Amino acid sequence: MNKLKILVNGIIKENPVLVLVLGTCPALAVTNSTINGVGMGLAATFVLICSNVVISLLKKAIPDKVRIPCYIVIIAGFVTIVQLMLQAYMKSLYDALGIFLSLIVVNCVILGRAEMFANKNSVFDSFLDGVGMGIGFTLALFLMGALREIFGVGTFCNIPIPGLSSEPIAILAQAPGGFFVYGFIIAILNKVSNGKAVKRKSFDCESCPSHAGCSGALKGGCGR
Amino acid sequence: MKEMLIILFTAILVENYVLMKFLAICSFLGVSKKLDAAVGMSFAVIFVMLMATAATWPIFYYILDPMELGYMQTVIFILVIAALVQLVEMILKKFVPPLYRSLGVFLPLITTNCAILGAVVLNITKTYTFSQSMVNSLGAGLGYLLAMVLFSGVRSRVDTADVPECFKGIPITLVAAAIMSVSFMGFTGMVENLFK
Repeated sequence: MNKLKILVNGIIKENPVLVLVLGTCPALAVTNSTINGVGMGLAATFVLICSNVVISLLKKAIPDKVRIPCYIVIIAGFVTIVQLMLQAYMKSLYDALGIFLSLIVVNCVILGRAEMFANKNSVFDSFLDGVGMGIGFTLALFLMGALREIFGVGTFCNIPIPGLSSEPIAILAQAPGGFFVYGFIIAILNKVSNGKAVKRKSFDCESCPSHAGCSGALKGGCGR
Repeated sequence: MKEMLIILFTAILVENYVLMKFLAICSFLGVSKKLDAAVGMSFAVIFVMLMATAATWPIFYYILDPMELGYMQTVIFILVIAALVQLVEMILKKFVPPLYRSLGVFLPLITTNCAILGAVVLNITKTYTFSQSMVNSLGAGLGYLLAMVLFSGVRSRVDTADVPECFKGIPITLVAAAIMSVSFMGFTGMVENLFK
């Protein structure tokens, strides 16, 4: 595959949050402000690139049967690095992201890319895929964070916006706003592209990234 | 006792792990289509959550903390959870086949369920004692059950509703979840007044 294609793939055509609808937990939880969203995106990007490269390097060494636990340990190692770095140099972001920083370990985007891309492709291709997916993830979180902050608080990156900051729609910055904004963004994407843009049509077993490694799926799907 | 009740009800209602804290959204949206699946998944989550708390709390306070290895928390916890889920699956399969048949299919999904890792990490962050941690995890699990059961009812209506073409599928599910989340916001401040 063309190298540029791999890189751009994650940003637009297979954007993890907006097209594949993965990584919903961080996309909803930490996007109450633009800075938190971008911070989370960059932290996940770092982990994604590193884990993609390492998993691609080790793809021959990891036995197929225990690959998922192996991936999780590799990812957890890089998450710990990010946690320590942020705690040391960006304490405010570390506090704002809180528990969601350690939850990068179980982020479906990272595990999904390891399973779908890194264990089949060369090291350099996996690196490019990590960069592309990371940028796509960060952009999506930036979009959600910016929308929620502009309309929910009336500021953009903590700078007040005249006209909006006096009477913001406060609920958008709170928990329900995350679901609302995410739902509306996907609906608008559907409308604009006549239902072609968003690849994942519903929340079911086949579109789950753990599908390949899940014994529930082999028995006919979760809960059947 | 009063303190335990406050922790329990805060975890179930005020800080509902799914609707207020956005943990385990994937499974919340994925498995809530049918009521029996939603209930099965929830009980598997409650079960593993309590086991994971009982395992990770002593590991943190008797091994990691004295040896100043607190930073290894994430790596160790996820390993313990993964091993525990595997172990529970094998034990159920061998000794309690009926329970395995009803919960077994959900167990592999649970390793990567962020509510489990979230609950055990939060118990440490909030410096709860062992019994407080167990109560908090029980509350988190019950809150998950509540959200799943309620939402599977909402889902069955939403899936048959006549919504605009572009809202079909994922968007309308998310908007329905938003409205449920609004209703859970109503519990804010309730628990403190309840146990005054």
